[in-house]
Amino acid sequence: MKHVLLARVQDQPGVLNRVASLFRRRAFNIDSLTVGASESRGWSRMTIVVDATRTSARLVAANLGKLVAVEEVTDVTHLPTVARDLALIRVRCAPEERGPVHDLVAGFRARVADVGSDSVIVEAAGTEEDLDSLVKLLRPRGVLEIVRTGRVAMVRGGNNGTES
Amino acid sequence: MTGAEILWECLVREGVDTVFGYPGGASLPAYDALGRFPIHHVLVRHEQGAAHMADGYARASGRVGVAVATSGPGATNLTTGIATAMLDSVPTVFITGQVPSKLLGSDAFQETDVTGITLPITKHNELVTDVARLAPALREAFAIARSGRPGPVLVDICKDVQQARTTFEWPEEPARSGWTAPAPDKDQLARAADLIAASERPLILAGHGIVRAGASRLLTELAEKADVPVALTLLGLGGFPASHSLCLGMMGMHGEAYVNRAIQRADLIVALGMRFDDRVTGKLETFARHARKIHVELDPSEIGKNVPVDVAIQADVRETLSALVPMVPSRRHRAWLEEIAEGREDTRSRDLLHQPDDGRLYAAHVIRELWRATGGDAVVVTDVGQHQMWEAQYYPHERPRSLVTSGGLGTMGFALPAAIGAKMACPDAEVWVVAGDGGFQMTQCELATLRQENLDVKIAVVNNGYLGMVRQWQEFFYEKRYSATPLLSPDFAALAAAYGLPACTVASRSGMVPAIEAVRASAQGGLIEFRVEQEEAVYPMVPSGADISDMIRRPAPAQEATA
Repeated sequence: MKHVLLARVQDQPGVLNRVASLFRRRAFNIDSLTVGASESRGWSRMTIVVDATRTSARLVAANLGKLVAVEEVTDVTHLPTVARDLALIRVRCAPEERGPVHDLVAGFRARVADVGSDSVIVEAAGTEEDLDSLVKLLRPRGVLEIVRTGRVAMVRGGNNGTES
Repeated sequence: MTGAEILWECLVREGVDTVFGYPGGASLPAYDALGRFPIHHVLVRHEQGAAHMADGYARASGRVGVAVATSGPGATNLTTGIATAMLDSVPTVFITGQVPSKLLGSDAFQETDVTGITLPITKHNELVTDVARLAPALREAFAIARSGRPGPVLVDICKDVQQARTTFEWPEEPARSGWTAPAPDKDQLARAADLIAASERPLILAGHGIVRAGASRLLTELAEKADVPVALTLLGLGGFPASHSLCLGMMGMHGEAYVNRAIQRADLIVALGMRFDDRVTGKLETFARHARKIHVELDPSEIGKNVPVDVAIQADVRETLSALVPMVPSRRHRAWLEEIAEGREDTRSRDLLHQPDDGRLYAAHVIRELWRATGGDAVVVTDVGQHQMWEAQYYPHERPRSLVTSGGLGTMGFALPAAIGAKMACPDAEVWVVAGDGGFQMTQCELATLRQENLDVKIAVVNNGYLGMVRQWQEFFYEKRYSATPLLSPDFAALAAAYGLPACTVASRSGMVPAIEAVRASAQGGLIEFRVEQEEAVYPMVPSGADISDMIRRPAPAQEATA
């Protein structure tokens, strides 16, 4: 089962290194880790997806919580969350196919972000499952390149998920 | 003030009066300012020694130990000692010089990425590139080293930061002080009390946390009130008086057979400030499988790491015990204690010290004689290996911090420098090094430090001509192929004499007492080399990864010996 941890961390050089080093040292298996600026200056927020069949999410959270630069860690797996993954997908696309590709990705609330002479870049945000389905549909056309951010998550409702 | 002055001023304000170090290019400004502050600097012969001295200082006293080194090789030489302090949760602060900030990342002379190298072996570390950050970083370093589960913190200070000037501002409170444990959970406390009340065969497993928290008295209260026997980890020795009728001694790989059997027979394990290390549990699947388990532990990441528990109390063990003792009913466990006592007799009969005299000198005799001579009251600092286990078995410790030993990392070369640190921290204590011939040679250069400081540290080198513990494993598990374990040593007494220390060599039982008494009487310490039986093994022994009751034991004696 995938566990989603949200961590509030100090925005300082080396913090990502500390987190990555911890995971490597403890042999924790991590599906994805995203980090970016938060609502407050000097603080970042991380979303970490752990495969809890191989690694205890509680131990990952407990170890993270011991890092001096980590303020708070919350396991939001069992809370209602909005969770999104952003993907950029370069698909082979002759000029006459642009219309069909446009229509196809529109069904996923995705859009064509860039048009080249024989390819387009599709920009899509959604759950991992949504994005996996989209990629599957695009495969026959020739998927040339994919970049994905990994999951970012936020607890629904009024609670920001990192305050108890 | 300059950064260099701020460094020492901060240390003074943290209560530091002794540091262990070695100067170099990147710490020249700091050393230049040192003489203006009331801090005694112990010049070591190798930075690993400085790290172990800071560690020994902290373990013997509970105060933060401090070591100082320069950049590059100075800092990398500290790492073995830093990792030793990390694995055993010893509050220490390491100060390293670093190349000027504008040269960082350029492979400048004696530059290494010290914060990178020490990241996994410190509780926290920081590279200081701005003098304004220096005082806050040091304030935080001491707070973090002490807080929660203590550990080493490293502050790497660029040379230009040491030279820069700023207005000194001492932060009243550190901005960051590391994590601390919550108060014990009331529901879990109640469940723990219920389990203890209902148990017929309870057993306390007590570890280093008892010593760290100063919870020995409360542990004794709990054990006596609920009539529960206490087994100790290596680092827990001294946390519960060895002479107490409820004290079983050490558990685990070289624990006595009746202790490990008690763990496997218990219906309740009360684990206090210990972390179920693999040297304690043996095979996890069969460890204490009939027992419910209560785990009182400061560090949340240790709970459920190796052994699943029924009641988890993440809190300070002292705070927990002071709440728990009044909740536990007074009761007796006569049948259970009698059962354990029967096993004790069997162990006693197999004990080397109860075998007929074969005229040979064994390490066990040496340790027992040291115990007798010192009245069990010395601070014993051991190295790592067979002699360390014999010390644990034959020198009963009555009080916390009277045994200083590297448990988690198992660092050979620890004893001599750690003993220097322990003696600096506790000048009135009788401090004994117990080391093997292998480990002693790793850091014997610190004999010069000992002399330079004119310290009264007493040294017993137990020489069996082998890297004994490795030899033992080769004997048991590699068909006696003694690969790279026979070891040539110098004449240790002559070596010590070269450093100006009183010294002698003992090769017989009758020689032990006069030699020990002579060194005890010496105000300059001294060294005794004991030439002991070469191929003696530490018994009993749980093979690595085996069930802890599945022990290799000393063969039972002939009938007349037991009579």
